[in-house]
Amino acid sequence: MQNTEDINRRELLIAGAATAAATAFPPTVSAQDSGTAAPVISKVTFEVNGKQQSLALDTRTTLLDALRDHLHLTGTKKGCDHGQCGACTVIAGGRRINSCLTLAVMHEGDRITTIEGLGTPEHMHPMQAAFVKHDGFQCGYCTPGQICSAVAVLDEIKAGVPSHVSADLLTPPKFTNAEFRERMSGNICRCGAYSNIAEAAAEVAGTRA
Amino acid sequence: MKTFSYERAKTPAEAAAAAARINGARFIAGGTNLLDLMKLEIETPVHLIDVNGLALDKIEVMPDGGLRVGALVRNTDLAADERVRREYPLLSRALLAGASGQLRNKATTAGNLLQRTRCAYFYDTNMACNKRSPGSGCSAMGGVSRQHAVIGGSDACIATHPSDMAVAMRALDATVETVRPNGSTRQIPIAKFHRLPGDSPHIETSLQSGELITSVTLPKPVGGTQLYYKVRDRASYAFALVSVALIQQKDGSGRVALGGVAHKPWRVESAERALPRGSKATADAVLAGAKPTHDNEFKVKLVERTLAAVLAHAKEMRS
Repeated sequence: MQNTEDINRRELLIAGAATAAATAFPPTVSAQDSGTAAPVISKVTFEVNGKQQSLALDTRTTLLDALRDHLHLTGTKKGCDHGQCGACTVIAGGRRINSCLTLAVMHEGDRITTIEGLGTPEHMHPMQAAFVKHDGFQCGYCTPGQICSAVAVLDEIKAGVPSHVSADLLTPPKFTNAEFRERMSGNICRCGAYSNIAEAAAEVAGTRA
Repeated sequence: MKTFSYERAKTPAEAAAAAARINGARFIAGGTNLLDLMKLEIETPVHLIDVNGLALDKIEVMPDGGLRVGALVRNTDLAADERVRREYPLLSRALLAGASGQLRNKATTAGNLLQRTRCAYFYDTNMACNKRSPGSGCSAMGGVSRQHAVIGGSDACIATHPSDMAVAMRALDATVETVRPNGSTRQIPIAKFHRLPGDSPHIETSLQSGELITSVTLPKPVGGTQLYYKVRDRASYAFALVSVALIQQKDGSGRVALGGVAHKPWRVESAERALPRGSKATADAVLAGAKPTHDNEFKVKLVERTLAAVLAHAKEMRS
């Protein structure tokens, strides 16, 4: 018999998630497979982390589920599955998106970067290294989304994309704590590691939080 | 989610024809609202027509000096466009006040106009909702209605339209351009695009079956001081309790449109004559005939106060 201490972290997370799902959502949500008609399978080819991938998928498969369940890239996390939490953030065609709110079949020919494609434990992306250095997480569940989002935010500022807190629309935005926080409002961290996340991003941006 | 078949459309006319041919078909562009609703089985299309491949992602200057914004221009790109930032700052500000960075990267101009209400009773399939299930009743009435409409509602529905972008477009007198299944095109003034709920709240726009938005045009720049104020429960990534779009000229005349108060962006042109007389006179005129609920009567006062703040800011910018 399996001792409680022998339950690995993954099994624990799965058990925890199942409990949360049973209590946190109305009955309608758990009926996601209630389609009466047979599933429609469609083929899609896209590049994930530099590798070409061809999949035959139920058209209902989100990009998030394709990454996690079909390509086994489980770094990208499923939080709310409704675009509210940002845990599923990936970079598609150079832009951060919620992978839960887009269908995999809509990404024919696209180039997708997930947390696994940014860096490896041996060769971390500067943002990954900064998150480690500044303790930009506690439980870690939102972290892949936070890092993908933060990397894209720095690119958006460089490209001159304004934000809600930019004082002047005609002056190129700069990395500031207020700019970063506004731009990261689509990534929720329930542990509340925000100030450390902001410090990590500030270091990569070359400024102080 | 219910099963559905899927196709990638090649031309706007072909997309419109396919939508008219297949009962229960829907267009999908950014998909950020449609997929959200499909997961909850509030939207149950049998067929999706992916319009992302249509070449409708350009922003072009028109001969009259106005701007044509392609239906597929992403919210991020429209807000960041140099011409929009310079000549239509109200539109940039409204877009940047909406959603999150990830959503703005996906959400399109046409999709933003077509997003559905965020009424919690519309989202909860266990509750009655005339918009989701015509004739079933309205749970918002007598329910928790803090977010709901204070004007233009009906006995069937008091939902609000959630878009910020559409409020700016209403103040800017935008026009929606479409193609119909028979290939003909038409232009719909934004004032006539969104409908009040009446007794058919499930019909939200004046689009016909299969009709596809191809672009939104903005008249030539009107100048003035342009401001968008959004009041919400948290500082970012939340829907408006109320929002105020203001375009004001040096002589004090101008335009006002409101978000968060009605089933569509709310603008009363005749009320704008009151602008030089200040926020109270203007708010009274714009919201004349308002019927707030017990939960949202604060919105009437909030519109006046937000308008006061916007007008003070505008005055400061002009001096």
